[in-house]
Amino acid sequence: MSNAILGRLDLSSLSIWRAIENPTGSELIGAGAAMLVIVGGLAAVILLTWFRLWKPLWRDWLTSVDHKRIGIMYCALALIMLARGVIEGALMRTQQAFGLHGGFLAPDHFSELFSTHGTIMIFFVAMPFIAGVINYVMPLQIGARDMAFPVMNQISLGLTATGAALVMISLVLGEFSTGGWANYPPYTGGDFQPGPGPDYWIWAIVLAGIGTTLSGINFAVTIYKERAPGMDFLRMPIFCWTVICTSIIMVFALPPLTVAALMLAADRYLDFHFFTNDLGGNMMNYVNLFWLFGHPEVYLLVIPCYGIFSEVISTFSGKRIYGYMSMVYATMSIAVLSFCVWLHHFFTMGQSASINVAFGIASMAIAVPTGIKVYNWMATLFRGRVRMTVPMIYATGFFYLFVVGGLTGVMLANPVISFQVHNTLFLVAHFHNVIIPGVLFGLLAGYHYWFPKAFGFRLHEGWGRAAALLWIAGFSFTFLPLYWLGLQGMPRRSVTFSDPAFQPMMWLALFGAALIVSALGCIAVQLWISIRKRDQLAVPLGDPWNGRSLEWSIPAPPPAYNFAVLPQVCARDDFAEAKADGRAYRAPGQYEDIEMPDNTAIGMIVCVCATLLGLALVFWIWWLAILSFAAMILALIGRTFRVNARHVIPAAEIAAEHRAWLARIEAAPAVDRLEETHERNLGRAVLEQPGRLEAAQ
Amino acid sequence: MSTPNLHPGLNLGTRHGAAHEGAETIVFGFWIFLMSDLVIFGLVFASYLTVANPMGMAGGPGPADAFDLRSVFIQTMILLTSSLTFGFATLAMRHEHGRRAIAVWLGVSLLLGLGFLVMELRDFAHMIEVGAVPQRSGFWSAFWGLVPLHGLHVAIGCLWIVVMLVQMAVLGLIPVVKTRLLRLGLFWHFLDLIWVAIFSIVYLGGLMP
Repeated sequence: MSNAILGRLDLSSLSIWRAIENPTGSELIGAGAAMLVIVGGLAAVILLTWFRLWKPLWRDWLTSVDHKRIGIMYCALALIMLARGVIEGALMRTQQAFGLHGGFLAPDHFSELFSTHGTIMIFFVAMPFIAGVINYVMPLQIGARDMAFPVMNQISLGLTATGAALVMISLVLGEFSTGGWANYPPYTGGDFQPGPGPDYWIWAIVLAGIGTTLSGINFAVTIYKERAPGMDFLRMPIFCWTVICTSIIMVFALPPLTVAALMLAADRYLDFHFFTNDLGGNMMNYVNLFWLFGHPEVYLLVIPCYGIFSEVISTFSGKRIYGYMSMVYATMSIAVLSFCVWLHHFFTMGQSASINVAFGIASMAIAVPTGIKVYNWMATLFRGRVRMTVPMIYATGFFYLFVVGGLTGVMLANPVISFQVHNTLFLVAHFHNVIIPGVLFGLLAGYHYWFPKAFGFRLHEGWGRAAALLWIAGFSFTFLPLYWLGLQGMPRRSVTFSDPAFQPMMWLALFGAALIVSALGCIAVQLWISIRKRDQLAVPLGDPWNGRSLEWSIPAPPPAYNFAVLPQVCARDDFAEAKADGRAYRAPGQYEDIEMPDNTAIGMIVCVCATLLGLALVFWIWWLAILSFAAMILALIGRTFRVNARHVIPAAEIAAEHRAWLARIEAAPAVDRLEETHERNLGRAVLEQPGRLEAAQ
Repeated sequence: MSTPNLHPGLNLGTRHGAAHEGAETIVFGFWIFLMSDLVIFGLVFASYLTVANPMGMAGGPGPADAFDLRSVFIQTMILLTSSLTFGFATLAMRHEHGRRAIAVWLGVSLLLGLGFLVMELRDFAHMIEVGAVPQRSGFWSAFWGLVPLHGLHVAIGCLWIVVMLVQMAVLGLIPVVKTRLLRLGLFWHFLDLIWVAIFSIVYLGGLMP
């Protein structure tokens, strides 16, 4: 069964081999996915070699400690994984549309699909996308040169990529867990799933989770300690407030996940009895630990997206955010309350009615601060200079759909209702209804909003609008029918069903899935066309949207050191104020040398070692596990002997770059908001008429 | 004396220049890491307490069959003393008594840490002998998840001391070495705190009639 060199890895681990031996439709789909991973990987290698990109990739990206590049790499990782997650979702919709008494997928394959879909969408789409946006934007918004710990930042990215790589490899080698994204034991214990599936889940989650904890520490310390002079806490953009809350959640809520997964690993590998059925194990401990993480996690995801929407809505209304202080209080309240509601994920699992009631009330209470935010956003729009650009289309979709999702959440927070609809498609509809309009729309709005800052050109507006509208329609057609199906009693995670009454809604949901797939296609096309037309879309001067916070006060893309001189912040929305009273775009009296950290390969070394370690543990290849772990520790210790890994950028060079940019600003035509999406927009904004602004405040 | 503290815990003081300034961010970050680690220990403690009952022991051996309070008490004293000696090392650094004094106190702390680990391993061997192994019951799983997790932290601390002794010799007392020693100190004292909880909850609590 297991040998010394290859552990339990053998020919039958290859999903392609399994399809050759047993060519059913389900196996062939699995093999096709494996082929897609292999062909995709090979294509990437060939393209990189063909265009001689290995060296730039290594030098400018993989070894970079620049928070902006790390942020972009996080977002790229998230978009690649999003493609897989969406395809899996569409496949599940197709299976269920044909699922009356059958369908074409084997039950285990369907279970694998919903397990990987959930795991990927949460851990390897939403989390890296959020980490990416935070990495890119937050230091710019607070006027910092980099993260507090740039090298640790790179290691976090490496560990996140490790987790994603393990999930991708599971398509080719072995199989993934069939236990859902929460991976509840004892079903995922050794007795019921002895294969490598749950082990893939465990090591992908543990390694990526450590990376996320480190990210949380990094974000928190950066905000606490690296703010520019004058950037008091209460002058920070709302997005930065949401980042504080998210990093607090990362620091405190990721440990329960790590603990739960490692205890499950002890059960599976060393025959412990944490969560087994026999010998005093207690599986409820797992459920509690998992949701101690899992509930704060959903707020970890959505809170930064509230921040993105705050920035987007305020900028595209040409107004400061309405009710700044209430936004801060609301965000903090949500972050604190998020730790007090975990039990509502298992109302039906045996605790007393009074405990359920306490957690039910706590869960409903979260609707209060969230409601405050929604009203604040609407008040910001009121009499604003509103432009319906792509981020605003997402924001509009978010308003309507997210409120519906929130209200069904209040319904589910009532234990009595939860007993009726738990484990049905009603729940599936609910959490997609908060996560897609809340998190995904927020991230896509942020992607459109900050893309010109990161790359110096805007994304194509028409394709973006098509994608946004398709996402909104696709979401509605896919998931609103699931509420109805859930109320009719259709259980979630069912590969087939026997009641023909479910069929019409299933078809409707399949139609919605087709819309979502085309939305994803539009995003790909949009990126391609935007790159092709980058000269017409260029906004090198850095302020295409008449922005309000510091990130818009520098060129696009920004220099590696971000700010030629650290800004002196005088007000909330400092850049908007500076433009109004003429402080913006002034040459400083003198420039100083800037010290920046050197590139390092440590993040990549950790990534490669951790991926090997994960694979070795999944397949019981003990020698490789020991070797890769030792190599990783030695590399980390070795790295600590490298001190003074910093280089100086001379003041003269900075002055020359900055003055050249200021000269271009001086010479460039400023555009007003009617021309925002026009070729003439080079990234310098006409000041809005003060009278109009004041009337709006 | 009146310089304001830049971070919680012992500050080096302005005469240490870059090391003092740099510690503001770095040591603060380490405090946050320790908070995260504390959450991990808190959860493992909670899991232990949910199975520290006859049902969790599943008819297997209980605390009274396997714990040796005398040995654990000696371990406690050793670990507490090592915290004291580590404190001397930090003070020697703060008051600039030279590398040698720091190294001596670090060495003493290292030896005490290793002594603790040896005694703990002997206790574990005894537990294995009497059948108090994690495969026996949920209770022993939780015990072996908690106490060796602390032991693992102490082992990492010992490795870290060795690395710092080498770095002091190779790199000298440069600012980054000083802030690393500050962080190592926090880590070492943190482990003491965890041990006090283990001694009180697991050992004293377990042996209470």
